[in-house]
Amino acid sequence: MAYVSVKGGERAIDNAHRWLDEKRRGDPGVAEIEVAQIREQLSLAVDRVMAEGSCYDPELAALALKQARGDVTEAIFLLRAYRTTLPRFGMSQAVSTKDMAVQRRVSAAFKDIPGGQILGPTFDYTHRLINFDLADTGPDTKATLASKPLADQMPTIASVFAHEALLETPEADPADGSEPYDLTREPMAFPAGRDQRLQALARGDEGFLLSLAYASQRGWGNTHPLCGEIRMGNVVVEFQPEELGFPIEVGEITVTECQMISNFEGSAERPPQFTFGYGLVFGHNERKAMSMAIVDRALRHAEVGEAPAHAVQDEEFVLYHSDNVEASGFVQHLKLPHYVDFQAELQFIRRLRREWQAARAPGDGLSEAAE
Amino acid sequence: MAESEMQQGQEVVEARQRAHALVARNPQETVRALFESLPDLPATQRLRPSETGLIMVRGRIGGDGARFNLGEMPVARATMQIANGTVGVGYVIGRDHDHAELAALADAMVQDPAWRDVLEQHILVPLAEQQAAREALEARKAAATKVEFFTMVRNRGPK
Repeated sequence: MAYVSVKGGERAIDNAHRWLDEKRRGDPGVAEIEVAQIREQLSLAVDRVMAEGSCYDPELAALALKQARGDVTEAIFLLRAYRTTLPRFGMSQAVSTKDMAVQRRVSAAFKDIPGGQILGPTFDYTHRLINFDLADTGPDTKATLASKPLADQMPTIASVFAHEALLETPEADPADGSEPYDLTREPMAFPAGRDQRLQALARGDEGFLLSLAYASQRGWGNTHPLCGEIRMGNVVVEFQPEELGFPIEVGEITVTECQMISNFEGSAERPPQFTFGYGLVFGHNERKAMSMAIVDRALRHAEVGEAPAHAVQDEEFVLYHSDNVEASGFVQHLKLPHYVDFQAELQFIRRLRREWQAARAPGDGLSEAAE
Repeated sequence: MAESEMQQGQEVVEARQRAHALVARNPQETVRALFESLPDLPATQRLRPSETGLIMVRGRIGGDGARFNLGEMPVARATMQIANGTVGVGYVIGRDHDHAELAALADAMVQDPAWRDVLEQHILVPLAEQQAAREALEARKAAATKVEFFTMVRNRGPK
């Protein structure tokens, strides 16, 4: 007879969490970081937490980063958990990215895009040398102001070539009036429509999508994209409350949009033209928006008659594994007690070893192995 | 007759949309300071408790194609009634119930002829000016980062 522990550890858990709190605070001789400091000065980490947490709230994302000691995936989990506590008021009108108040808009494909190449606040063209000036209080640099503001509306790459039909036109809303797929209300299902895929990619793990996009560029995929356009800035969110009957503007959000262009050599039904991969992400995150656009295009292989041969073209592989809350949960649950599983496996392996040894023993090993 | 009523209805809707947008898209502190600067405000009553909920933000495939769900966003909601019975509705990005209540108050005042001009002059005009100034500043920063390509005339030689 053996004793089996079935519960316990409460005090150890409490004390572990107290120590975690102390660790989070770090050296008490160093000033405690404020949520507003994280929001303002680590804003790209905040943006990533909002995008993958699928919840646009810079304050909460900054707080989650503080609580998670800077662990971005843990902070994303906190934000996802928070959103489940709130009621759903409804759906916004679709945001209009062509009316974006642009901070940055570049086209790598088309130098003379109308409206021009607007670099915005970018790491591009920096030397990636550690700036030791920032180790102390950084320089109080102010942005340069042009004498005239940028035009209110930047023409999109699609509108530039629209008259020639060189670029494909994206599919319109379904004629039957059906609503877009909503992964927060319906489980992942296959085959997935492009709306469902884009929702999953928009909240998908940046690292996973980046690696898939990279792999597809290097040959484990079939995309040879050019960056048609990246734009980042603020868009207005409009919402029509049930009690009003007309839409109202409820605020502005920052988003990053990417249009990736790939050749399509034509088919019996369609003339040759450029096809698009589309990326749209909460906050300022070009790496994510570009990766999303490349993966979106790769997943459209059936529409353009490409034979799927790589992981990035397999929507079940991509969509089932892009969510880092699910992925992290499934991988990390392995560190929770599996004592009974292991006990069962111990017995199983011991029996196999007895059988293996018995089969090799000289003489009559059969009766022992049959036990 | 019906047409002019409809037209009037459309004007009211546009006035409500403008007032709501200006309150929702400016910082709560700015809006509050302007309301507090008024010598007098209508008496208000919450018609239901203010609360926080989510709106699913939608985008369009390729920027102008079919809609898809991008992600959610917390929104504060308030419904306020002013003394003459007019009801105002406020929905504002974030979780700040005070901000939503100010939006609802503005929505009620803009529908009430007794308050419409005060709101316009002391709240909406300053908010519109501040918002325009803020947006122009950002747009000037962006314009300063516009690439000016040097162009060279290539001489193809004598024809």
